[in-house]
Order: sequence, then structure tokens, then C-alpha cells
Amino acid sequence: MSAVALDPKTAPTFPMAAKAAMGDAQLRKNVRHATDVIQAKRARVVAEMPDWQDLREAGKQIRQHTMENLDFYLEEFEANCTRAGGVVHWARDAEEARRTIVSLVKASGSDEVIKIKSMTTEEIQLNSALEAAGVHPIETDLAELIIQLGEDRPSHIVVPALHKNRQQIREIFQRTMNLPELGDKPHDLADAARVFLREKFLRVKTGVSGANFLIAETGGVCIVESEGNGRMCLTLPETLIAVAGIDKVIPRYQDLEVLLQLLPRSATGERMNPYTSVWTGVDTADGPRVFHVVLMDNARTEILADEEARQTLNCIRCAACQNACPVYRQTGGHAYGSVYAGPIGAILTPQLQEMHHAQSLPYASSLCGACYEVCPVKINIPEVLIHLRNKVVKQKGLSAEALAMRTMGLIFRSERRFRAAQRLGRVAESPLAGKDGWIGWLPGLLGGWTQARDLQEMPKETFRDWWEKRGKNGN
Amino acid sequence: MSCVGEIYSLLNFVSGSLFSLEVGLRVSLFITCYNDTLFPETGKAVVRVLERLGHTVEFPTGQTCCGQMHYNTGYQAEAMPLLERFVTQFRGAEAVVVPSSSCVAMIRDHYPKMALAIGKKELIADVEELLPKVFEFSEFLTKRLGLEDVGAFYPHRVTYHASCHGLRNLELGDGPVRLLKAVRGIDLVELQGLEQCCGFGGTFAVKNADVSAAMLADKMAAVLETKAEACTACDNSCLMHIQGGLHRQKTGVRTVHLAEILAGDEGVAQ
Amino acid sequence: MATDMVTNSAREEVLRRIRAAKGGVANPEVALAGWNAVERRYKREATRSREAILEVLVDRLQDYDARVVRVMHVDVSSAALRMLTERGAKRMVVPRGLPAEWLPDGFEFVVDDGLPAAELDRVDGVITGATLAIAETGTVVLQNVAGQGRRAATLVPDYHLCVVRVEDVVETVPEAFGRLQATSGLATTFVSGPSATADIEMTRIKGVHGPRFLDVVLVG
Repeated sequence: MSAVALDPKTAPTFPMAAKAAMGDAQLRKNVRHATDVIQAKRARVVAEMPDWQDLREAGKQIRQHTMENLDFYLEEFEANCTRAGGVVHWARDAEEARRTIVSLVKASGSDEVIKIKSMTTEEIQLNSALEAAGVHPIETDLAELIIQLGEDRPSHIVVPALHKNRQQIREIFQRTMNLPELGDKPHDLADAARVFLREKFLRVKTGVSGANFLIAETGGVCIVESEGNGRMCLTLPETLIAVAGIDKVIPRYQDLEVLLQLLPRSATGERMNPYTSVWTGVDTADGPRVFHVVLMDNARTEILADEEARQTLNCIRCAACQNACPVYRQTGGHAYGSVYAGPIGAILTPQLQEMHHAQSLPYASSLCGACYEVCPVKINIPEVLIHLRNKVVKQKGLSAEALAMRTMGLIFRSERRFRAAQRLGRVAESPLAGKDGWIGWLPGLLGGWTQARDLQEMPKETFRDWWEKRGKNGN
Repeated sequence: MSCVGEIYSLLNFVSGSLFSLEVGLRVSLFITCYNDTLFPETGKAVVRVLERLGHTVEFPTGQTCCGQMHYNTGYQAEAMPLLERFVTQFRGAEAVVVPSSSCVAMIRDHYPKMALAIGKKELIADVEELLPKVFEFSEFLTKRLGLEDVGAFYPHRVTYHASCHGLRNLELGDGPVRLLKAVRGIDLVELQGLEQCCGFGGTFAVKNADVSAAMLADKMAAVLETKAEACTACDNSCLMHIQGGLHRQKTGVRTVHLAEILAGDEGVAQ
Repeated sequence: MATDMVTNSAREEVLRRIRAAKGGVANPEVALAGWNAVERRYKREATRSREAILEVLVDRLQDYDARVVRVMHVDVSSAALRMLTERGAKRMVVPRGLPAEWLPDGFEFVVDDGLPAAELDRVDGVITGATLAIAETGTVVLQNVAGQGRRAATLVPDYHLCVVRVEDVVETVPEAFGRLQATSGLATTFVSGPSATADIEMTRIKGVHGPRFLDVVLVG
């Protein structure tokens, strides 16, 4: 089970959480190393593709089109999946999804489930609901296993244990798998996981998964993975339960030709990930005999209703934005207080909370645009961040900041007021300036500046003062 | 760019020198609120370069701010009147030059949408007409005038930081570096991670001061590694942040806006 | 079951919310037109020569540490003999419908008629054909059809020897999906190299749960 789950409702604000995270030197080192490696790999495989921008544009249009016709495609998926022997359930929110999954697991007669990594199941905190119902969930993805055994929390969408290095992982395995002699080479660690989990794959009767894509045209489900634990959970158990946000649906099988080129290159910097599985409903001669899909809303329809923010739903969970983000690079994922971290987390998490929580996340960005540059489906994350900032400001109403902003706004609307403010600024700061003309401390809201920086004293003459003088002197 | 403009650019590129077929333009300067107040030398440098190239600089005195700070921080409503003010001030300009890529990105990326939101037909038309004439300073030189050599002299070791808005929003590409390479006497050294954000981000620098400082530390480390005397960029916002850190750490390294390097010539005190 | 009533009202509610969010009920004609309007300017056809395509496939497979040999049809069994011997494999599982002429003498081949997983775990490996292969990405595509078999059979054994015909090799991912469209409902597995993880310090480690050893015999 995870430790105290990442919960946007109770997480500290980003500035606070970031400060704490940045105090962990090992974490910062691990995050830097990991994001550097993935970014380099991604750059190499993207450079190979002369049609990369065309793929991105097609990906964007496919996803946009899907959202514009979401009800149509969900109904089509449901009909086709059902026709092929699957059972489709709907859940309005996380609570309903949890209840449904728990009762389906119980109905399968198993008190254990093997799980494939699914951020959706983390989002709804499924594991604690299963445990509470007497069902033991077993994470089978290596990173999720590390997280589970280490009683930790995921910090990255694709590589959830990226914040751990090999010594830390070895320590966890030594302790929990009872392997005191375990080496710390990555190979040794993977072998230990293999043996530990194999026994479970061959025995446990019920599997729980997420879904990368739900294919409306065929009723099929697509799962993208690297280790083979996905294939194990999808084919060996008798019962398989997949939970997916309603934003996972895509129109047609053919659309995979675009998305399966964009996703692996963006996520792990590979031309193709080792295993991708596509299956439809139930095939009694191959795989689970019982298959359920839980389609979950959990505030996605709220995002859909906000036209400017709707593009958030286009996300295909590649995490390229996390790897590119200079803020994430400094803080790692936990600082975002949510299973969705980095740039996508900054826009998705507050919206999934219907803007009641995580209001500091839209500000956890310098708006540098590196995320937009790498997003395989061209989500304009900076644009959505600004849009959400407007929502947060409206919610907050009157505050010291709002007052200051309104005042600045009035100043900028008049040449006379602007020039007066310039003169006033010079007067106000002059007591703060040292002999060399530099200021080392600023009060109040501006104090954040002087934490790490000096500020040069305002020049005696503004540009427009100079221009005017020049005019008078005939240039 | 129009076909005629492309021919001009080609000829300029071929002649590769001060000789520009575009002379005697009336260039309106949008100095930006923070350059006006904190970095007047940058404005003076822009005027110097443009006049050296044979153009006339105009300065509508009623100008104030493009509205970026408000817009980006979530105070969209307060930014709207600033758009209207900008349009009023620069209506009829032949070209508007701005020594700040983030301000141009604000104007280019957001003004059309904002004008639609305000909903006044004339305003929407004015914005549509004005926008193609608005240029960041370095792109005015390289793309509009087709120049690389502007007759500059700056005998110092310099490194260039690519401000995010200029890099990603305006797609300045290697324009600024080509301008720098053509500066006589310059010792230009490449900055490791020049495309990495410096951590300023407007109000981000204050609201997320710790992360901003951490990003700054990385940028400063890269600058110091080049052993440059000065770090340059197209935005004084980045430079103010980087200089603030370099000064706090007592490194002796300074920052200088690209325009001030290009304004340098034999006669000017460095 | 008990969730049915609940799920029906949940279904109606979610669909209602979607329609309210979009401002209307979706229309099949509009959806079709919208899908058709998606711009697909990405590469959709092969540009390399057939030989070059096969070279790329071999190169990519070798990049994944898979061993590849290319033979004529008559020599498949001798290639298989060599590879099985080198791997030290003696007992292999095979799917129904695998061409008998591919199998060399001197080994035990067990036909998979629904073997329990524990049995699959005890064989030395599996031999199958393939539906197609994608050169650009080094991908082999398997489906539950004669000669390829059940998904579990190519998953649990530690070694997979896969026979791919050259006429089934395409250059690009879009071409592959074009060929797979007719059987899009079948359980399909795209295999690109042996299983791997990069979860430990971003070091790519081969072989976690799927077959750690992959050999490919390219025929034709």
C-alpha cells in the first residue's frame, strides 16, 4: 500500500512542498539524472522522424475531435465491447468507481488482485479501498512495486519511482523480500522482482488494470507497457477489471497508428515500447473469461465544459512535459501533491478538484513553454495555466495581491499616473539602496525577490525623461 | 513576409553589411514599462542602432505597459484596457520595435483573442492591422531588415541566454546569435543549457521564490563556467534576475541587453 | 447484478453531463465528417526499397539484442535447430497450426491446447510464426490465429523463437495498421524486443517478466 496518499485536498501548497522537496539533495540528483536521460533519448528518436510535426498535429486533431464527440464514442465503445463479451460499467466519481471495482473483485471470488500500473487507480486511491474491503492489491509494475513495498508515493506518470536510486531500491527489496544478500546492480534488482512476482502471476485469479486507449470502433482496449507485467495481468487471471477515465476513448483502430508513434517516443524515448496489447471483450480460448470495464467521469466533464481548458483532456499520459519542465527538474513530483505532477499535473489536478483545491498549482510554472514544445498532442499548457490563474483569482476575490494588481492597472492606464509612480518608486526605494546602488532587501510581497537576488536601484532618469530632454535639445 | 520583403532580405543577406535597402523607415519604439523605468540604457541603445542604420525613431509618449504581468498572473480584466491603450498609441505606425521578447509574445499570442473578448469591431480590425508591424528588436534587424552586421564593436567575452518567449513563442532561432557573431571584437562563447529557463517567470520569481532561486543557481553556474565577462539576452527581465543573483554572489559578472552590445562602437565608452 | 441499476443511472448522468458540457447530443454524421476531416500528413507509405526495409528490421531487432537470421523457406528448420541448440532449449511449446516443416528433429515440441500457466512456465521456450513485422520500430505482431496461438504461450516461457516471412514485413506503423484493420477485433500483441524496464536509475534492463530471449528467423 502507498504511504499517506498524495491527496490534492490535503497537500501543502506548491511553494511549501517545493521548498521541502528541494532540501532533499538525493531526490534532486535522482530527478535531474532521470529527466536528463529521458530527454536525451526522446530528442534522439524524435529527430529521426521527419514527419514528427505532422504526427503531433494529427494527434491533436484526433483527440480534439474525440472530445467534441465524446458521448458518441463512449456509446460506440460500450456497444462494441459488450457485443464482444465485455461488461461495461459507468461511474460518476472516484467513490462510485471504487465501490464498483471492489464489488466486482469480491464477485470474482479472489481476496488478492494483481495490478498493472494505472495512474487512474492512484487518482481514485483504489488500493486503500481494496485493503479496507479485505482485498490485498499486489502492484506488479517494477516502479509501483518499489513504491508499494517502500510505502512511498509515485512521483512521475511514466517512471513513478524515478526519485529513487539503486541503493534505495535495494534497501527496500532486501527488507521486504527477505533477500539480505541482494546486490545493487539494476540487473539484480530486476531479477529479484521477477522471481517475487512470477509466483503471483501464475496464481492470482483477478487482475485490475487501467487503459491507455479505449477503441470505440471495435470495443477494444489498448495497454502500452515495457516489462511484461501488463501482459501477465491481462492474460493469466480469470477475471480482468479495467478502469479508465472517459477521456481515454479514441474513435478508431486506425488512430492507433498515430498515437502509438507519439506515445513511446515521447514517454520513454523509444521507437516502440516492448509490449503493446490490444484485445476486445472476451475470448474464451485466450485470456480472462470475465472482463469488466469501468468508465469513470470524476470531474472530466467539468473540464469538457470549459472550452478553453478542454484541451487538458487530450493528454495521452506520456509525461514528456514532466521531463522537459525546469520546475519539475528542481522539485520532483511529490511537491505537486498529486499523482499527476509537472505541467500536466498543474492543469489537470486543480480541474479534477473542480478548482476547490490545488489552487497553487497553476502558479507552479514560469510559463517557459518547454512543455508545449514537447507535448505530442500539442496541448497549449501555458495557455491553460493562465486560464486557470484567472479562475483562481476570481475565486479569491479581494486580497492584498488583487489590490496591488488593480492599483498597478490603474497606474498603467494613464501616462500621468505612470510617470508619477516612477518618481514615487524611486523615492520609496531610496532608503533601501546601499552605497553601491544595490538593494538587498525588499519588504512584503516583494520579499521573495531579495531572498536570492539583489535589485539594482532605479536609474535617476527614465527612458522617457531622456527622450524628452533629447527632443528639447534638438537631439 | 511579402515577396518584395523576401527579395530585400535576400539582397541584404548577400550584401551582408550595413547596406540595407530599407532606409528611412519611421520606427515607433515601444520601450516597455520596465525598460523605461529600470533599463533606460537599453532604450537609448535601440535608438542609437536604428539611427545608425538610417531610420527615424518615434516615441509615442502616452505608452505605458502591454499588460503581460496582469494577463499572466490571472488578472485578465485589468489587461484589457492596456491593450486598447497600446493600439491607440501605435495606430498608424510603420513599424513598432520592442526590446523585450516576452512583451512581443504577449502582444502576438494574446492580443487577437483579447480583442475578440472585448468585442469592439474596430479594435479587432486595428489589432489585426497592427500586429504584423510589431517586432522584437533582434527580429526587426534580422527578419524585417534582413541584417546581421549592424556595425557594432564590443570587445568583451560574452555568452548568450535564450529567453523562453523569444525562443519558443517568437521563434527567434539563431537570429540573436548571428547578430552577436557579426559584432567586431566580441568573444562569443556558447552557454551550456542556453535554452533552459532562467527561473524569472514574472510573478513566479516572487510567488515561487525557492524554485526560482534554484533555477537561477543552475543558470548562474552555466554562465560562470563560460568565464564570460557578461551574459546577454533579448529580455531585461531574464537579465535582471540573472544579474541579481550574480551580484548577490559577488561574481563580478554583469549582464547586458543585446541592444547595448549592438549599440557599441569605437566611440562609445564600454 | 447489484451494480446494474446503479450503473444505469450513472450512465445516464455521465452522458447527460457530457452533452451539457458540449452543448448537444453528438450526431453520427457529424462525427464521421469530423473524423474524416482529421489531417493526416504524416508518412503513411513505405519509401525505402524492400531490401532496405528488411535491413532496417534486422538492425532494429539486433538493437534490442534479439538474434536474427535470414533464410529461405526450406532452411527454417535448420536455422531453428541451430538457434535452439545455442540456447540450450530442449522442450518447446508450439501453437496449433505451426507448419511442421519448420520444426527440427531431436527436440520435444508440446502443442498448446490450453496448457496451464504452470506448465508454460516449465518449458524452455515457444516457437511461433507472426502476423507481420514493422521494420521502423523493430516490432513483431502476434495474434491468436493458427501458427501463433494464445497470448499466454508467448508470454510465460522465457524464450521465444519467432518466424517472420519477408512478405509480412512492412516499413511503417501506419502500413501495419492498414493490414491489421480486417482483424482489429482479435487479441493482438505488439512485441518490440525483449521485455525491459528503465525504472531503476533510467538504466534499461532487459528481461523482467516477458521472455528475456528473442530469436527471429526471417524467411524469404
